[in-house]
This record gives sequence, C-alpha cells and structure tokens, in this order.
Amino acid sequence: MPAVSKGDGMRGLAVFISDIRNCKSKEAEIKRINKELANIRSKFKGDKALDGYSKKKYVCKLLFIFLLGHDIDFGHMEAVNLLSSNKYTEKQIGYLFISVLVNSNSELIRLINNAIKNDLSSRNPTFMCLALHCIANVGSREMAEAFASEIPRILVAGDTMDSVKQSAALCLLRLYKTSPDLVLMGEWTSRVVHLLNDQHMGVVTAAISLITCLSQKNPDEFKTCVSLAVSRLSRIVSSASTDLQDYTYYFVPAPWLSCKLLRLLQCYPPPEDGAVKGRLVECLETILNKAQEPPKSKKVQHSNAKNAILFEAISLIIHYDSEPNLLVRACNQLGQFLQHRETNLRYLALESMCTLASSEFSHEAVKTHIETVINALKTERDVSVRQRAADLLYAMCDRSNAKQIVAEMLSYLETADYSIREEMVLKVAILAEKYAVDYSWYVDTILNLIRIAGDYVSEEVWYRVIQIVINRDDVQGYAAKTVFEALQAPACHENMVKVGGYILGEFGNLIAGDPRSSPLVQFNLLHSKFHLCSVPTRALLLSAYIKFINLFPETKATIQEVLRCDSQIRNSDVELQQRAVEYLKLSSIASTDVLATVLEEMPPFPERESSILAKLKKKKGPGAVSASELDDSRREGGAELNGGGGADRVPDTATTVASTASTPSPSADLLGIRSAAPIGASSTNAGSLLVDVFSEAGPAAAAAAAAAAAAAANDDDGFLSSAPPSEDPAPPLSEADELLNKFVCKNNGVLFENQLLQIGIKSEYRQNLGRMYLFYGNKTSVQFASFSTAVSCPGDISAQLNVQTKPVEPLVEGGAQIQQVLNIECLTDFSEAPLLNIKFRYGGALQNITLKLPVTINKFFQPTEMTSHDFFQRWKQLSQPQQEAQKIFKANHNMDTEVLKAKLLGLGTALLENVDPNPENYVCAGVIQTKSQQVGCLLRLEPNGQAQMYRLTLRCSKDSVSSRLCDLLALQF
Amino acid sequence: MIKFVLMVNRQGQTRLSRYYQPVELSRRAQLEADVVRCCLSRRREQCSFVEYKDFKLIYRQYAALFIVVAVTENENELSVYELVHNFVEVLDKYFSRVIMFNLDRVHIILDEMIQNGHVVETNRNRVLAPLSALDKLADG
Repeated sequence: MPAVSKGDGMRGLAVFISDIRNCKSKEAEIKRINKELANIRSKFKGDKALDGYSKKKYVCKLLFIFLLGHDIDFGHMEAVNLLSSNKYTEKQIGYLFISVLVNSNSELIRLINNAIKNDLSSRNPTFMCLALHCIANVGSREMAEAFASEIPRILVAGDTMDSVKQSAALCLLRLYKTSPDLVLMGEWTSRVVHLLNDQHMGVVTAAISLITCLSQKNPDEFKTCVSLAVSRLSRIVSSASTDLQDYTYYFVPAPWLSCKLLRLLQCYPPPEDGAVKGRLVECLETILNKAQEPPKSKKVQHSNAKNAILFEAISLIIHYDSEPNLLVRACNQLGQFLQHRETNLRYLALESMCTLASSEFSHEAVKTHIETVINALKTERDVSVRQRAADLLYAMCDRSNAKQIVAEMLSYLETADYSIREEMVLKVAILAEKYAVDYSWYVDTILNLIRIAGDYVSEEVWYRVIQIVINRDDVQGYAAKTVFEALQAPACHENMVKVGGYILGEFGNLIAGDPRSSPLVQFNLLHSKFHLCSVPTRALLLSAYIKFINLFPETKATIQEVLRCDSQIRNSDVELQQRAVEYLKLSSIASTDVLATVLEEMPPFPERESSILAKLKKKKGPGAVSASELDDSRREGGAELNGGGGADRVPDTATTVASTASTPSPSADLLGIRSAAPIGASSTNAGSLLVDVFSEAGPAAAAAAAAAAAAAANDDDGFLSSAPPSEDPAPPLSEADELLNKFVCKNNGVLFENQLLQIGIKSEYRQNLGRMYLFYGNKTSVQFASFSTAVSCPGDISAQLNVQTKPVEPLVEGGAQIQQVLNIECLTDFSEAPLLNIKFRYGGALQNITLKLPVTINKFFQPTEMTSHDFFQRWKQLSQPQQEAQKIFKANHNMDTEVLKAKLLGLGTALLENVDPNPENYVCAGVIQTKSQQVGCLLRLEPNGQAQMYRLTLRCSKDSVSSRLCDLLALQF
Repeated sequence: MIKFVLMVNRQGQTRLSRYYQPVELSRRAQLEADVVRCCLSRRREQCSFVEYKDFKLIYRQYAALFIVVAVTENENELSVYELVHNFVEVLDKYFSRVIMFNLDRVHIILDEMIQNGHVVETNRNRVLAPLSALDKLADG
C-alpha cells in the first residue's frame, strides 16, 4: 500500500502535519502555522525560482492550513502555475487548490481557463478529467462562456474514454445550472439520452444526473428517456447479484444507479405505452417482492441498500398514484417498517407513509396502522421520529378517526417537546375544526388546547374558535357554559381569559338563567382575572363589560363603579383609559335602545380560508400543506360554518360611536369598537368590523412572503445567516456582580455553574497576598477542547492588583476536574474586580464565559482588637466627612444575630464585643494591608429589627476604601 | 443533491470538507461547528437523519470519526447513508495509515465518487483507478 515515505511523498509536509497534530493548544497550533506561512511566503517571494516539486509541496501545505480553518490569502498564482506542469501530481494539487480556494469571480479565471483549454485538448484522459472537475467545481460564468459548447462535444464523441464521459456529464450539469442560456440544446441532446444505454454503468450513473436535470426543464425534448430508463432498470432489477459484479454492493445490484433511475422516472407521468408500463410495473413488483425475501446477507449494508431502492420505488408508486394494488402493497411494506428495530427505517417509513395517506387508493390502508403510529408518538426516543409520527397522524386523520387522533395529540401535547408544540397546537386546532361534527366537541378541544398548551396557542387559534362560535347558533350556549366552567380554575391561561371574556360578553345571557352563573357571578369571575392580565386582554375585558351592561342592565351599577375607579379611568395606558372613559360615558348617556344597537351581537364572519391553516402554511413554507387540503377545508368550512346570509348586518351605529375614537387600536380588538376609522372606510367588506380578528395575510402579503421565501431559497448562503463566533473574551455575564457578592464574606464555594461547567473556588489571604485555587469541572461526558482561561485586570486595577497564574491544560476530559492556582498581590486599594475569562470548545462550539473574580478589598483585612475607649477615640479621629460612608438600607436576609456575626467575621475584621453602648449594634475594626500602605477601618452596623432596616457606617483612613466597603457590605445583610 | 461532505473528529475538528454549493469561506467554520454540534449531541439509538435548516444531514460514525453529508430535500437518505459507507470502505482499502497524512488522496477519492453534488462512481476499483495509476507512476 502506498505510504507517505515515497519519493513523491513530500517529507516536509508530513513533518509539518505531525507538528500540527502534536500541538497541545490552539495557540501552539496558530504559532506553528504562522511560522510555516512566513516560510512559504518567503520561498514564493525569493529570487530563486522554485521547481515544480517545491511549489507543489508549499501549495499543498497551504491547502492543509486552509482545511484547518485558517484563511489563506496568497499562493493562488503558484497554484495556477502548477496547472501547466506535465506531472500528474503537480497538476492535481494545482487543480485541487483552485477548486477548493478559488471562488467563481476571481481575476485568475482567465489564466485558469487557458490551462484548462490545454488540458482538454491534450487527449490525455487523466488530464482531461482534472480539467473537467475543475470546471464543475468552479463553474463560473466565464468558464461557461469558454467551454459550454466544447463539453457536449466531448460528452457524446465516440472516442471519448468512459471516465472522461463521466466527468463531462457532471461538468455540463453544473454549467447548465449556472448558465442555462449558454448551454444550447442541439444534436447532442438525443445522444445524451442514449447514454442511458451505455454499457458502462459508471457512465450511466453520471449521465442520469444530467438527464434528470435536463428533463425537469424540458420534459418534452427528453421524453424518450422514460422507455430507456425502464429497460435499464428492468435489466438491473432482474439480474442476479453476480451479473453486475463490479457494481454490486453487498449483494444488491447497482443500488445507487437504481435509485437514480427511479428518481428520473418521477419527472414524468406513468408511461403511455402499454408495453413499457407493463415492464415498469413488473420491476416495481419485483422490488416489493424482494423486500419480503430472506436477506442474502446479514450485514446492515445489504438491507440498507435494498431498502434505499425500495423507498425510491415507493416514491415512484406514490408519484404515479394510479396503481391501487401497488399502493396498498407499498403501504403494507411500510407498515412492517413501522415496527422495525432500526430507527432509520421507522423514520423513513413514517415519512413515506405521510405521502401515501393523501392518495385515495391507499388512505384506508394507511389508517389501519393508526395504533402503531400512536404508539410511536408515545414511545419513540428520538424527537425527529416523534415529529414524523405526529405528521403522519395529521395526514391520516379523517372524519372516522378524528376524535381518537385529536385526543391522542392532545394528550401527547402535555409532554411534547417544546420545539414542536406550536405546530402541534395548530394541527390539533385545524383537525378539530375540519372534522367537527358536533361543535361542542370542537369547543371542548380548543379550550383543552388552551388549558394544556396556552403559551403555544397563537392568536389565530383563539380568533378562530370565536369566529366559529359566533357563526354557529347551536354551539353558543354550550360555549358560554364551557368557558364559564373553565374560568373557575384558580389559574387559567390568559388566552382562556380572552376567549372567556369575548364569549361571555356575547353570549353570557344564554347561561344567565342559572343562578350559579347569574350575570353578577359571571362578571365577578371575569373581573377576578382582570388584574393578572396584560393590557390587550384588559382592553378586551373592558369591552366585554360594556357588553354586559347591555345584556344585563342589573350589572350596570357594579360595572360603572369599576369603570369609574381610578385604576381604570386614570390608567396610565391610554388605550385602557380611553376605553374606560368612553364606555362609562356611553353607558350613562345612551338610551337602552341606542345601547342595544351599538352593542348588538356580532354579525357572523364571512367565511374565508382558515387563518390557522394559513399560519401552518407560513410556518412550514409553501407546498407543505397540499392544495387539495386547502380546497377541502374551504369547501367544508364554507358549507358548514357560514350558516348562510346575515353578513350584511353591519351595526352602523357602532361605527358612528366608535368614530369618535382618536387613537388607533394597538391591540386585536374583537369587539371592534375601537378599530373604527379603517372600518368606516371599507364598508364594502361586510364583516370588516372584525378586521383585526383576521390576521391572515392578504394576497399582497402572501405574495411578499412567497417572494421572500424564494429569495431565501435562491441565496445559497441562506442557511448561514448568523455571524461567526467571536474569539474575543465575552463581556462579563449579567450575573457576574451577583456571583461576586456571594464571596464577599466567604472564601470557598461554587463560583459559577451551568450545564457544562462548574467552577469552584478555595482561597486564602495573608497580609497583602492571596492565593486562590480555581477548580474547573467538566460536567459533561464529552471532552472540552482548547480549554483556556485568562485573568485580566482592566483599567485601574492593573496598577492596583497583581494576579499571576499558569496556563491550564487545553483538554478537560468528560467528568474530569482541573485546578488552577492564582497568586494575588494587592498593591493598593481597589474597587473593581479582575475578570476571569474561560474559553473552550464543546462539540465544536466555542464557549466563552467571563466572570468577575471574587477578589474584593476586604480580603486583605487584618483584624484589630481594641477597647471601647480606643475605638471611639479613633472613630472621632476619622471625622472628616469624606472618610465616612454611610448607608441605610432594608434587610435582604435574615436578621438573626448568629448569622450576622458569622458574616462580619467572614468579612475579615475583628468583631468587638462590649464596645458599643447599645448591645444590639455591632462594631468591627481592621486594617487593610496593601503593598503601598495600610488602611485602618472601623465599622458600625445598627440593625433595627422592627423596621427590618440597617444603618451601616464606615470610617477609614482612606476615603475611597470607605465608600467601596460600604457599597460591598450593603448587599450582604 | 449533495450540498457538502464533512469529516470531523469527536472534538469537532474538521478533517475534510467538500462543498458542492458555494459557501463563503468566512461562514464555513460557523456552519461546520453548528452541523457537528447537531450530530455529536445525538445518541446512538437516534436516527441518522437530522433535519437542519432547509436541508437534511445524514451522518455516520466510525470510531472517533464522523462523516456528515448534507443533502437537499429530494435525496434518497438510505442511498446516501450507504454511499458514506462505500466511501469509507474505499478509504480502508486504499490506506493502511492515518488518513490525515494523505488528505490530497482522500480528496481524489471523494472526487471520483461525488462530483458536483451527484454520485458519479460507486465501483471501488474504478474509484481507485486514477490513484493506482498515480502510484505506479511514482514507483516507476
């Protein structure tokens, strides 16, 4: 076997690579690479002309450095020079460098094109292949201009070698994709189709990709490929595994080629020619039969390859959607896979069955697997598989099983992964609406949805339930009763309050006969939730209240009282305030008749596409919800929901009253009173009072969304929009100060902890010196790479503190802990804390954490014992105003004596007994040791147990120390 | 079609990357880190196909080496999954030593098998033909 030690093997490169591999840290690696880059640069710039071998070696090193993730900004010229070498290895490295590093608009393209031209005409097949690869990889416009006419000729020429044909086919595909206008159809096109008959399987494999792409764009011109593909497929499928020796993979004949042929056939409808069709059906049957045969090998590769073909065949069967027999067989086959022990197969079966469910021939067959799928939803350990199961349940749902499926999805929702909850909620809402036979079930389902997953219920969902309740007389009483009951729960979701408020405001009268839900009870129930709600909900509730005044005159006094109170009529939110003012006025001025007209029951909504379906479509992107599904829901919705007529009952007076409103509504106002101005204008739309309710995008917005989606799809980099991670230390965590404060009175403990990392601290201080032990624990089972820590003293601290440490090992094994020692010297007093930055890679992602190192000035205290007399004498000496710092603050912690004493001792000072005349008070004394000076400090803490307050006074010989200590300590008690 | 092929180790370091759709150099590191994290965090019993943004990742693990292939929606997952294995078997057949030392050759092999995002050759002997020719040349 070839090894690196060959004459050709570039020893220098091998040495360099071992060096890099032996680098212990990222820094060492960068250092080694920079050294090498400098070396290569000087070689390239040197006077001495380099021979081909050295050029190749250096270009190869650059390539390697690039692949390690470093930017390369030179060497392109040398790589281009290598192209004209006659030695294969040199040429190959040159081309490789260019394919990997040159993007399509480089100015070097002309030079490269020249070299390619020479190689293409060289008649040397290996050189031709290299050149073709390069065109395919770079694929720029200029290359297309230069070679678009040349390549088809090479592809179909009789004397072209097989390997060159393969490269030429893929090369042409690339040019056709980047510059279709330059690739002219012509005499070659028919000959390309006949490559399907080529005796060499590799050529067929390559040509199929090209033909598939061409037939998608010009189906008629390439129609003949169908019969050719069928006969080729038939020959492969019916061959014994030994016939295609070289292209047999674990006893499966030419699996990749088979898949590609089946894929090509999916570009066309079923063949019209009976003979061709018969042959194809035979092939598909054979493939299905083979799945049932005992495997020829126990290797997983064998079954995977076989199943790859099977899944592709099933795709084709679904695509044709015309052979009931095959569809049902496919469904049964997939049903077997649903219980297979391979997760991959279960995933693919669920996915594939989803499309089968939409065929009228196999829908019933899919439905028989409902129990298995429900079980998958409950027991699969992989969220992506569960997601597929949920999709399939959604797809197989119809009137007969809707109740069961919705119930299962609802119960799954209680434990569903957060990532898919919103989509699940939409799906449940859509199914409940689409297949509702009795609408009380529908109302129950949606209210359950809000109860279980209220946070994920979007506006569209609760708008929709209200639309439906309003449009259907027979469910209104039930809805009122149900929301009333749901609102009894002590904690109910805000969305429930919204739906409840709206429905009771409209239909509360339907249940008011029962004394348990009398008008006042209803009102009190709603109002009990009022204060916990956000502004839009409160606005909605206020509208519900005014509706109550109309429905139940006996509540008028109570409600007016509520509206009149300061928290409403003087609310700082203008929207709420205005509603309160106007509703109050309206209820006191307007006669009962006017009130009844203004606050008339909402007219039915004009039926349009379900806003929820629109939302799901938007979420999944166009095409995710099939067109038939949309038609379906529109048809059913139209028939069942829009109980006919009634839409022109626009309460005109409402608009008159509301047009006095001056502020536009910031909220979705279901009662419509506020959204006056636009409504008055657009009287053509009968239901437009509820314009806010429909958040569905109009045609213009939908078009814009589609355009945006298309733009994103065209943008090759669309999936890469986030910025690369910064290597700079992150700013300190928001909780850094809080973490720091935990350590003012103690020296040991856990400084920081997240899901990956735990940092523990032990520290000891003497005089002006301190030693801190940091323990970094890896909480995961995966190694941390490039682990590094850095202590920095930004700003003034650099002159106040001296922190020394040694670098840590760059690798922290899973579950391991490493230790780092910091030596700290206090030069003079300081206020800020040094920063500790920790960086490492976890699974490739850079983690970057910055904390404040818990070094505070009090750590350098030496306790000083003194008598009462001495204390007060010194206290008086330190009487200059700036020497004293005082704070009066509320107790944050327990005021227990022992706890306080422990904290004061932890501070590092001496706690002086019998000094203060008031035994409740605490006094302490100490000297802060810094290298430059000593600072004497006296402390007095006066608790007031009754008021839960403290007064803290500090007097120090240096004023900056007083204020710093005072700030630090005020947070401790 | 295939969007890119990555070979990464357990630490998430990229050993080989080949893109079949242009991705700006500056964005590759971020993309690769993201993709690798996505695959490394999965357990063995989870399936080998991951939906990632608007495409799918198909990955396979060989000891400490992960091979990740990103494909567009319409690609046959199992066939790509086995393509990876086929590729690894070719590497096994050719190399007796650490692949890192022969990255250029790994590239040649990959280029023989996948071009432009499409499978072009699956026969092991033919994949290795250019390299064998090359080695003969060097020996001679």
